[in-house]
Amino acid sequence: MRPAFSVIFFTVMSGCGYGLLFLCGLALTFDSALFGRIEGLTLLGVGAVFVVAGLLASTLHLGQPQRAWRAFSQWRSSWLSREGVASVASFVPILALSWCLWHGGDPNGVHALGALLALLAVITVVCTAGIYTSLKTIPAWHNRFVLPGYLLLGLLGGAIWIRALHGLLDDGNPRFAVGSPGLTWLIATLALASWLLKRAYWNSIDTAPPAATPESATGLGRFGAVRSVEAPHTEKNYLTHEMGFALARKHAVRLRAVALILIGPLPIVLALATALLVPRSPTLASCTAIAAALLVTAGLFVERWLFFAEAKHVVMLYYGGARS
Amino acid sequence: MTSLPPPAAKKLGLVIDLDICVGCHACAVACKEWNDGGEFGPLPDENPYGAEPLGVWFNRVHSYEITPSPLAGEDGAQRKERGNTPMTVHFPRSCLHCETPDCVSVCPTGASYKRVEDGIVLVDEAKCIGCKLCSWACPYGAREYSEVRGTMQKCTLCVDRIYNESFEEIDRQPACVMACPTRARHFGDLGDADSAVSKLVAERGGYDLMPQMGYKPVNKYLPPRPRRDGCSSAPKPAQDEKTDFSTASPLLRWIDKVLSR
Ligand code: SF4
Ligand code: SF4
Repeated sequence: MRPAFSVIFFTVMSGCGYGLLFLCGLALTFDSALFGRIEGLTLLGVGAVFVVAGLLASTLHLGQPQRAWRAFSQWRSSWLSREGVASVASFVPILALSWCLWHGGDPNGVHALGALLALLAVITVVCTAGIYTSLKTIPAWHNRFVLPGYLLLGLLGGAIWIRALHGLLDDGNPRFAVGSPGLTWLIATLALASWLLKRAYWNSIDTAPPAATPESATGLGRFGAVRSVEAPHTEKNYLTHEMGFALARKHAVRLRAVALILIGPLPIVLALATALLVPRSPTLASCTAIAAALLVTAGLFVERWLFFAEAKHVVMLYYGGARS
Repeated sequence: MTSLPPPAAKKLGLVIDLDICVGCHACAVACKEWNDGGEFGPLPDENPYGAEPLGVWFNRVHSYEITPSPLAGEDGAQRKERGNTPMTVHFPRSCLHCETPDCVSVCPTGASYKRVEDGIVLVDEAKCIGCKLCSWACPYGAREYSEVRGTMQKCTLCVDRIYNESFEEIDRQPACVMACPTRARHFGDLGDADSAVSKLVAERGGYDLMPQMGYKPVNKYLPPRPRRDGCSSAPKPAQDEKTDFSTASPLLRWIDKVLSR
């Protein structure tokens, strides 16, 4: 599938944003006084900005963006519609929590709103993944590792950005200082899990039996092997442009390695380095945390680019594709 | 509404006979022409002329070569019956107006819908936001997006012809069916077991494309009949005449001599 930048940007930023909001919501569910006013508002604000930036980017992909409001109507059947609804709904707890953090709301209210935010963040990412996993026509997306991948990488992106924000506004709150051991372990665990999961995903799409073949696409397999000898058109059309994107094997291998390093070993090393640097040089620790966030985000972009570029659509079987 | 309607009795669709299609593209051209001027037209092109023309067509004709290869679990007799001659099969591809297609249910706006009354799958252009998701969900490549319009385009089964009362009864058929010079395309109600198209499907073993996708296409394809092993079993052409002139009359012998010089 042709990797469209708007959609890659949307899924990565919205994933990181909801990962961040989920962790904030979860933290507030258990401790309403966990964040200082500035810290809490910054975290929620940055999460919301990521989400909104992603949503705006996704509308660039549309042919008629001025009608985008119509996309909220078909939540009964469409994951894309559900995603839109859940995403907008998540702004209710975001705004309410911001109000509480600013004015000092009732702790029970904050607990409830935190839980609601965490829940809606998960639901939204599940819907985003659902857009892709529901497509039987693209076996690399109709795959059991895709949903956990979206959830896990969103969490990793969220955790790494929380730490970067701590680095930016380290206000001496010992529980949420940039080098907090809790966050170090969380990041390391998520990175290890992401690394394992992406490896399992790639192994799965490389070894899966084809969902369809030129023989089943044409129904002519009973007569023998089917080979395309003449395409219907000499130039490209919408289908071959949108779905005929082919990534050279050797590039895929390299890019997979890059993505794996950026979302696996690198954040683990940088998370430990941040924790170790805090007593020696808090500034350096903060810089490491920010660098980790930027590098992991770059890794997520590579991962998401591959998610599109490597995915084959069964329609290409009609145009001489070997298997899908 | 993009939830699928309950199964309906009437299932309008096409039956395409791969045995006689000659790959002339008349159906595709007639489709383009009709839909350029019909109710949904003009059928937009990003670039109709020049070295790299690009535009929307609802119907595309592929050609395949089929090399007989031993199939799994086939015995000698079956293989013999299947013949050994490679086949060329021309293969028109358009919307199959599936019974349970995801192209409808993935649509976030309700623009992509399946009609309750006859099962035709359509796009309401006034609602479509051009997210392209429905084209991703179609296994058969039946939907083409138009940059010009910013909306999705697809075969309408000539809904503006088949119910058009200003036409003679005989012309109330899709343009592709009318145009086919070999009569490889048939239009009718596949939900009615007694219709001509249903009988044709039953008689010739009409089949679904990629049934494993679970979309239940309404359109059916009729398989090519096995080819005779043309080169080896057809009667040999007559040998060059070798007339023996030694026994012929002197006159003929003389003519033969003159003409053979
Ligand atoms: S052929 Fe494609 S566009 Fe047509 S109904 Fe089936 S899935 Fe939808
Ligand atoms: S491109 Fe249009 S018809 Fe297709 S899914 Fe999107 S809104 Fe629906």
